[in-house]
Order: sequence, then structure tokens, then C-alpha cells
Amino acid sequence: MTDRAHIATHRKIINVLMLSLSGLCTLLVLSVLFFILGYLLVHGVKSLNWNFFTKLPKPSGETGGGMANAIVGSGKILLLATCIGVPIGALTGVFLAEYSGKQFAFLIRYTADLLNGVPSIVIGIFAYSVVVIPMKHFSAWAGGLALGIMMIPISVRTTEEFLLAVPNSMREGAMALGATKARTIFTVVIPAAAAGLLSGLMLNLARVAGETAPLLFTALGNMFWSHGWHEPTASLPVMIYNYAISPADDLHQQAWAAGFVLLSLVLFINVTARLVIQRGAGASRR
Amino acid sequence: MATPAALTGNLPPRSASRVLYDRLRGGDEIAYLLTLACTVATLLIVVFLIGELWFRSQAAIKAFGLSFLFSSTWNPNGDQFGALPFIYGTCITSFLALLIAVPFGVASAIFLSEMAPPLLSNIFTFLIELLAAVPSVIYGLLGVFILVPIIRLNLVPLLKHTLGFLPLFKGSTFGFSFLSAGLVLSVMIMPFIVSVSREVLLAVPVEQREAALALGATKWETTWQIVLPNAKTGILGSIFLALARALGETMAVTMVIGNTPVISASLLSPGYSIAAVIANEFAEANGALYVSSLIFLGLVLFGLTIVINAIARIFIVMTSRRFG
Repeated sequence: MTDRAHIATHRKIINVLMLSLSGLCTLLVLSVLFFILGYLLVHGVKSLNWNFFTKLPKPSGETGGGMANAIVGSGKILLLATCIGVPIGALTGVFLAEYSGKQFAFLIRYTADLLNGVPSIVIGIFAYSVVVIPMKHFSAWAGGLALGIMMIPISVRTTEEFLLAVPNSMREGAMALGATKARTIFTVVIPAAAAGLLSGLMLNLARVAGETAPLLFTALGNMFWSHGWHEPTASLPVMIYNYAISPADDLHQQAWAAGFVLLSLVLFINVTARLVIQRGAGASRR
Repeated sequence: MATPAALTGNLPPRSASRVLYDRLRGGDEIAYLLTLACTVATLLIVVFLIGELWFRSQAAIKAFGLSFLFSSTWNPNGDQFGALPFIYGTCITSFLALLIAVPFGVASAIFLSEMAPPLLSNIFTFLIELLAAVPSVIYGLLGVFILVPIIRLNLVPLLKHTLGFLPLFKGSTFGFSFLSAGLVLSVMIMPFIVSVSREVLLAVPVEQREAALALGATKWETTWQIVLPNAKTGILGSIFLALARALGETMAVTMVIGNTPVISASLLSPGYSIAAVIANEFAEANGALYVSSLIFLGLVLFGLTIVINAIARIFIVMTSRRFG
């Protein structure tokens, strides 16, 4: 009897011990997040000032200066990426959800997943070899293409997913009223999925906005304004990288400021998009 | 629908362009062709990507063949290139990252799926997934300015004092090392392990847990002996998914690994990884063979991640089939 009681307490102790350990692990993982956010907040805000948004970088050795060109450059590259990646990805998603047969859809989905798994630096090599080598110089185009390709797989998957979530009765209703299939898709199905599609796009943008590796040898970087789309173009992530590995303390401060701006932007877009998606999912379940 | 003229059979034959126009007018064909074209474009991009890597690495493949993978000289001036130090660095840092991230990640997934109330679990998962959204260059920034000094000033003296006799912790260090890269990577891949493992654990039917609990098992025994074995393949899938991420991760590793092509058993030694060497040297590489060797490295990395990703996918599909 005492032996059994002993075993029972032993089991209970193990139970409590292991379960609290797992809870502890979760807290530890979470604390990493809050550490990152907190540290960037403290360090970033301290070094953030108006010059950061309005001035060009100063030559090395001088203090002050900002990253206005990198902010605009990031915007330009992201615009190009969106114009390249999103139409291709989204229309592929439409094809998968509305037209495709099962086996072809499987192949395309597999391809999209494969592309999603390709390391970003390899995409950079690809953009380098199809844009930079023929044009013979680094450019915003090359950077835009690299990020654009990275946007395709997520665009495909989110579009397909949100279109498939639209109930079939809506399609049938539209067609019963005499609409062609194309009309049904573009005036009924896509508007019904609009909120989801838009948040998918935002998630996608938030992901590539912080990408550095594929820009290193496509858009390269620039200490001045780049005119047009054919010149090397500065971007926030590449700027952070260059400043962080430089020896100057002033540049480190600016790297923190840029890191703070980039992270706030990325997390803000990410959180907003995911909240919209979650609310949508909750609403449709009801 | 037929017109009277068609009924009488007197309609003049319609021209081919007219037929095409009629078919396109409804928009159906246009929409179909447009979406199909984009789908084919997606396929072609991947084909081109592989083709371009293959084509551009030919010079290196011809010059070195498979011995490229086993040679450890990396001498751009002498046109001698070998990938071994980079492959070693990529593997050792990824393995180290898994070693740290898997226990913490799976334990967190267990907590989130088995113990935490649903609302709390959802909030925590949402927050942990935010870690995956943090750009890799930010991890690098924190790595350079926080982790590396901590490793140099605090962790290394401690390790030397306690485990210094192991070859793993021999030699002096500046903090930029395999160890720092592994630590940064472990944080970066954690959200993938937690998020996917939690999904897999939640997919295990509740009846199995209830049956075990009804037989008198404690909560932990249920989790350890019933739920985990059921979710094993899926969790393995999440680990491989994380491994693929770690192998291809570039910026954070480049910033903290030390960028020295050496093969050392010591985790405190600086090293290099495939992605890091491409990031560092590609823009400045001069000489066709140099560029080609770097692209060959890219091809190797590509192949490695594709295989690991495929394994992950198979594991995850296996579990979802089981409960799906």
C-alpha cells in the first residue's frame, strides 16, 4: 500500500515538474521576443531624430546624416517587387482555385512551396544573373525582381486559400443569374475575399520588406539619391547591415535607429494583417 | 439560341478572327488564358532559376568537379576553390541551432497545445509567430552588439572553466564564432518548430487523451506516452522545416560567424557558411571562375534546402493524412 502511494506521489511529482518545465520554456521563448522589442525600442528611439528621415548619409568620419535615400529606395524596390510578384502570384492563385484540375494544381502548389523554400540569397543570385549581368550594372530593377520572385509563392497560396474559402453558393448564384465564369470570379468571388487577399498582400510585403540577402548584389546600395530605376539603390535592410559591421560608433547608432524603424514597420503591418485575417476567419465560422 | 439564318444553313462561314473574337468577347477565355499564363510563368521561373544556377556554375563544375565539395582551399587569388569549410560551417551551425531550439520549441508546443487555455495559447502562439516576422538583419544586429559581447565576456569564461577540457571549447575567441551563429539561428527557427508542432499536437484526436486520462494516466503521462508518439512524424517534419530555414539563413549568420574559412572542432572558433560567403564575396568577386564557384555554392545550398524541405513536407503530409 505504501509502495503504491509512493509510486503515485512519484508520478504526480513528475507530472507537475514536466508540465511546469514546458510552461517555463514557453515563457523563455516569449521573453526573447520581448527582449528584442524592448532593446530595439530603447536603443532605436534614442538614436532616432528628424535628420534620419530627411538627410542623406554623411561620408565616413562625419557624424549626423540620415537614411532618406534608403527609405525611398526601399519603397521603390518594394513597389517594383509588388508589381512583378503579386500579379503573377495572385493570378496563379486564381487559376488554382477556380480553373485548375487536381493534378496540375498539385504540381503548381508543389512548385510554389519549392520556390518558398529557396534561400533568399539564391534568389539574389538568380536576379543577378538575369538582370545585373545583361545590364552590366546593379539596379533597383534587379532588387525588385529578386523580391518580386520571393513574393510569388505566398501570393499564390494566400490567394488560393482565400478564394477557396468563398462559399460555392455565391459562385452558383452569380452563374444562375447569367454571369460568365470570368465575371463571376472577378465581380463576385474576388470582392468577397477582398479583405483576406489584402491582408495576404500585406503579410507578403512585411516579409520581403526586411529581406537583405537578395539585395546585396542586385540593388547593392548607394550613399546618394538614385535617379530612376537603373542605378544602384539604397535600402533600409542593406543599410542596417553595412552600418552594423562598420567600425564607427555613430553608424552603429544609425543602424539601431534604422532597425527600429524597419522592425516597427514590419511588425505593424504583420500584426494588422493577421488580426484582419483572424477576425475574418472568426466571422465566417459563425 | 440559333439564328434563323443558321437554321436555314445560309450563314456565310465565319472568319477565323471572327470566331476568336466571339470566344474572347465574353471574357472567359481571356481570364482563363491570363491566369494560365501566370501559372505557367510561376513554373517557368522555378525552371529558369534551376537552369540559370546550373548554367552559371558550369565553369566551376568543369574545373573542380565533385572534388569542389571536399576541398578546403579557398584561394581567390590562385583560382583554387573548395567548399568544405562552408559546408562544414553551415552544417555545424544548423545542427547547433537544432540542438538548442528543438527541446525548447517542442516543450513550448506541448505547453501551448496541452496545457494552456485556448485563449492564452492563441495569444502566445501569435506572439511567438511574431518572432518569425522579425527580419534576419535585425537578428544580426542584436547578435553583433549583444550576443557576441556576452559570449566573449561571460559565456566563454564560464564554458572554459567548466567544460574547457572538451575539444569543443578549445582556443581563444573574439565572440564571432560557430557558437554565436548557432545561438542566433536557434532563436530564428524556434517559431517554426513551435508553430508547426503545436498544430500537429492539436490534430491528435481528443478521444485519445480522454482515453488515457480515464485509465488513470497523469496529464504528463498522457502527453508523453499517447499524444507525442502520435504526433512524432509531424514534429519531425517541423524540425526538418526549421533545419531548411537554418541552412539557408544568410544575414544573421554572416554578421556573427566571423567569416573565416576554417574547419575547427572548437565551437568558439570563427567560421564561415555557404550563404555567408556568397553574401560577402559575390558583389566583389572578379574572375569568371570565382563567380562561378560562388554560384556553384548557391546550387549546393539550393539542393540541400530542397531535399530537407521535401523530407519535412513528406513527414507533415504523413501526419495530416493520418488524422485528416
